[in-house]
Amino acid sequence: MSDIVIYSIITVSAMGAAAAIILFMVAKKFNVVEDPRIDLVEEELPAANCGGCGLPGCRAFAEALVKADDISGLKCPVSSSEAMARISVILGKEIADPEPLVAVVRCAGTPEHRPRTNLYDGAPACSIASALYTGEGGCPHGCLGLGDCVEVCRFDAIHMNPETGLPEVTDELCTACNACVVGCPRNIIELRKKNKKDRKIYVACINEEKGGVARKNCKVACIGCGKCVKACKFDAITLENNLAYIDPVKCKLCRKCAPECPTNAILEINFPVRREKAEAQVQD
Amino acid sequence: MDKLITVSPSPHVYGDDNVKKLMYGVIYALIPAFLVSVYFFGIGTLIVTAISVVSCVGFEYLIQKYLMKTEPSVSDGSAAVTGVLLAMNLPTNMPWWIIVIGALVAIGVGKMSFGGLGNNPFNPALVGRVFLFISFPVQMTSWPGPIVSRLQYTDAATGATPLAVIKEGLAAGVPMSRLVEQIPGYLDLFIGHLHGSMGEISALALLAGGIYMLSRKIITWHIPVSIFLTVFLFTGILWLINPYDNADPVFHLITGGLVLGAVYMATDYATSPMTPKGMWIFGIGIGVITVAIRVYGAYPEGISFAILIMNSFVPLINKYVKPKRFGEEVKNG
Amino acid sequence: MIQTFPRGGVHPAEDKFAAGSPIKTLKVPETVVIPLSQHIGAPAEPVVKKGDEVKTGQVIAKSKGFVSTNIHSSVTGTVRKIDSELDSSGYKRAAVVIDTGEDNWAEGIDTGKTINKDITAGADEIIRKTLDAGIVGLGGATFPSHIKLSLPKGKKADVLIINGVECEPCLTSDHRLMLERGDELMVGIQLLMKALNVTRAFIGIENNKPDAIAHLIKLSVNYEGITVKPLRIKYPQGAEKQLIKALINREVPSGGLPVDVGTVVHNVGTAVAVYEAVQKNKPLIERIVTVTGREMKEPSNFLVRIGTPVRTLIDAAGGLPDNTGKVVNGGPMMGKALNSLDVPVTKGTSGIVIIPSAEASRKPVVNCVRCAKCVTVCPMGLEPYLLMPAAEFGKWDLAEEESILDCMECGSCSYICPSGRPLLDYIRLGKSTVSKIIRSRKQ
Repeated sequence: MSDIVIYSIITVSAMGAAAAIILFMVAKKFNVVEDPRIDLVEEELPAANCGGCGLPGCRAFAEALVKADDISGLKCPVSSSEAMARISVILGKEIADPEPLVAVVRCAGTPEHRPRTNLYDGAPACSIASALYTGEGGCPHGCLGLGDCVEVCRFDAIHMNPETGLPEVTDELCTACNACVVGCPRNIIELRKKNKKDRKIYVACINEEKGGVARKNCKVACIGCGKCVKACKFDAITLENNLAYIDPVKCKLCRKCAPECPTNAILEINFPVRREKAEAQVQD
Repeated sequence: MDKLITVSPSPHVYGDDNVKKLMYGVIYALIPAFLVSVYFFGIGTLIVTAISVVSCVGFEYLIQKYLMKTEPSVSDGSAAVTGVLLAMNLPTNMPWWIIVIGALVAIGVGKMSFGGLGNNPFNPALVGRVFLFISFPVQMTSWPGPIVSRLQYTDAATGATPLAVIKEGLAAGVPMSRLVEQIPGYLDLFIGHLHGSMGEISALALLAGGIYMLSRKIITWHIPVSIFLTVFLFTGILWLINPYDNADPVFHLITGGLVLGAVYMATDYATSPMTPKGMWIFGIGIGVITVAIRVYGAYPEGISFAILIMNSFVPLINKYVKPKRFGEEVKNG
Repeated sequence: MIQTFPRGGVHPAEDKFAAGSPIKTLKVPETVVIPLSQHIGAPAEPVVKKGDEVKTGQVIAKSKGFVSTNIHSSVTGTVRKIDSELDSSGYKRAAVVIDTGEDNWAEGIDTGKTINKDITAGADEIIRKTLDAGIVGLGGATFPSHIKLSLPKGKKADVLIINGVECEPCLTSDHRLMLERGDELMVGIQLLMKALNVTRAFIGIENNKPDAIAHLIKLSVNYEGITVKPLRIKYPQGAEKQLIKALINREVPSGGLPVDVGTVVHNVGTAVAVYEAVQKNKPLIERIVTVTGREMKEPSNFLVRIGTPVRTLIDAAGGLPDNTGKVVNGGPMMGKALNSLDVPVTKGTSGIVIIPSAEASRKPVVNCVRCAKCVTVCPMGLEPYLLMPAAEFGKWDLAEEESILDCMECGSCSYICPSGRPLLDYIRLGKSTVSKIIRSRKQ
């Protein structure tokens, strides 16, 4: 009996020792020398592997940061500026403070503004519906409402509103990773500069049809009338192909343009209620 | 036109098959075997089937509603099929609480833990059966006698299956010629007059149901035929080499759970390969393992183990056995 | 046993309601909308402008590039505008809108009824006239026909295949064409044979058209080298590769063309169009369209001018039934559902199928039960159950590896799936994404 125990112990120990030696040799031979800073940088990154930086995953981004001489061109849309500051300390390189961005859905075509002309009965994906035809509403440019953007968001920051049939972005959760911008087959979503108190003014329409056609398709379509362009004092609004666009950098959030829009295609979000409107409400 | 027209990608017409129809088709196909069982085992058949079906459907409903929090889909009939097949694999004197445990294992462990319909790697009814077989070997291997125990449930007089008689006899050194006298004749074996699990007894009724399923295109012929052929050839070779210590191939084909397993259990959609070639590999594997267990193993019957073992190879078979692509051979020169 | 292709296929209800209605010529509409892209390839370039007077059969847009073809005015009248108009997907595409006047045909077109059987044109002339007449594959694929007639260098065809299969349920336009214009078809086939320099031609016809088979067999005695072959009814037999396999048992390699196995396939409608172009100088400005459906009052086959609104056709066939759920441009298996009836008939419109609302929606989608029916019915030997999740979850490399590009979108998998899964929807998405990836990889 005791023989068996002793033999077992000896055999197993010998095998263990042999395996350890082999492992040691292999590790020595195939050792890859890596810059230790890559690990340090990677720890600071969000580990979401969202691809928002344009590289396949956070590890690749960390490698790129370590390798590059000038890292001002490399941006992680997800990391906070403090995290990037820590990375710049680790690497001893200057990092430009990126302007925070947020995803904005440029379509306001709710069913009441854009009546349904048919029923879609295919697989529930915008990419499939978009390849097939113009969609349930009349507008061939507007949101299809099947939620491809919700599907691709890794931060749970975008959701469909069942009442409007349009996606809504939760600004606090949005990291501006660009996934929804790429995921939307209609190119409706845009990353815009984040303003204080999450205020935004933008043209919630992307159609480039002529005014009459656009208005027929959707009551809140931009009809390219140009009134907002005239109203803007900062040259922030341009009109191209029957579509107005508010430059988020030039825009000073003065709110002059929105009341001019005859179709209410310019949305103001998170602003206090306008005085005249507030008064009107009181009178009611 | 007051209603809106529908737009969808092609095709715009659909076949009239649906999962519910296919599942109920399997249940219809099992009716002859069930009736034969009612004839031979009487009241026990009714009780065991009722308990098994009700508990399988019930467990699926409860798990979907309260654990998975999804809309219960028991009306598709797949839980009922599992219930019937589990009952078919049990002796008719099985106490009710064992059946309920079997149903819980079959549905809970065998099916729902993998995500439900279509996602289970192993045949749920067989998972339940094998669990019971290992946990309650005594109850699972004492079979009531046909006809005599029609009015008795758990108190029925029991005996051994023909396969067990042969296995134990051969182990005790009794020659084959003597053992043949102890088992029913081939005609009785074929129509189901023997000791055995509820649904496995009548090869005739089971084959009739199999033909019904083939005609309705619920199953294809590849799996049953490949299993039968393999078992026939394998046992035939053994029998030709040594007819004294081996039962003949026809005996192997019509006894035990072979027909039930080959036609109803091995052909389960989710747990069988997707291509005809894969089905042949799957069927041959089941045949070989079944015969190996019957002849060389510790148990008299091995079809359920064989199916479960081959179930685990299905993902591998699906990965490597591909249908021949159109235009493929030309491309390769 | 009658021939068919060996692998896969389904057999949907045939529903050929209009098989017994002779072709009726539809009145020229008041306005036509003629899209500039009615074929696969580059859109044609307009050569008329607003206010121009045009005659029936006059060229209004010229072929641009190799894969492209001419477009002709289908009516006599005034060009109202050249603008973007709704196409069958609801998107706006460039089109010429013409207000119709009295029907005057352009010079040189023989509008007589006599059948001209004397072939004087040489191969080059036939091909040139095919391009001039703007002929495309009339089975629905709309690939410019002159390209299929000019064989690539080093390739040789030894047999011509004429597709009279019409395997799509409901459609009967090719059936009526074969019955009523058999002689023109035969001369057209001989022209095609001459252009391709082949001596043999097979006409494949499915067995559900015994009258057409008998009629053409009788006619084929007078024409050398043409054989009529009945085929067993199975969808998608009208697909080029399946038809070649069924008729002459040759398998077109994956990613290859029929000419790689020494054959070229043309539709019966195309053959008649080639006859008209070469023997009568008549361009492709009208086609036969089946308007049918279970609930339609008068399922019909119409000879209509290109550019006629779909609504006009439906009205001529007894009007849109109240319980209409879906209007399909083409056959029910591969056609395109319309979201507006104001789109024009184009060169590729083989039929308009009206589906009642009770049959318009899909089955509820449940889990895949892995029944393998999709694998069994796939005529290309693919595994749709594997391709759909690959496309759904963006595993493009897996989809490519599993030959997703071999799929020809026949829809057999979606048709048969007992779980009602949208297999083809996702496979189509996968195909377009994978081919984009492959294209970008090449650059």
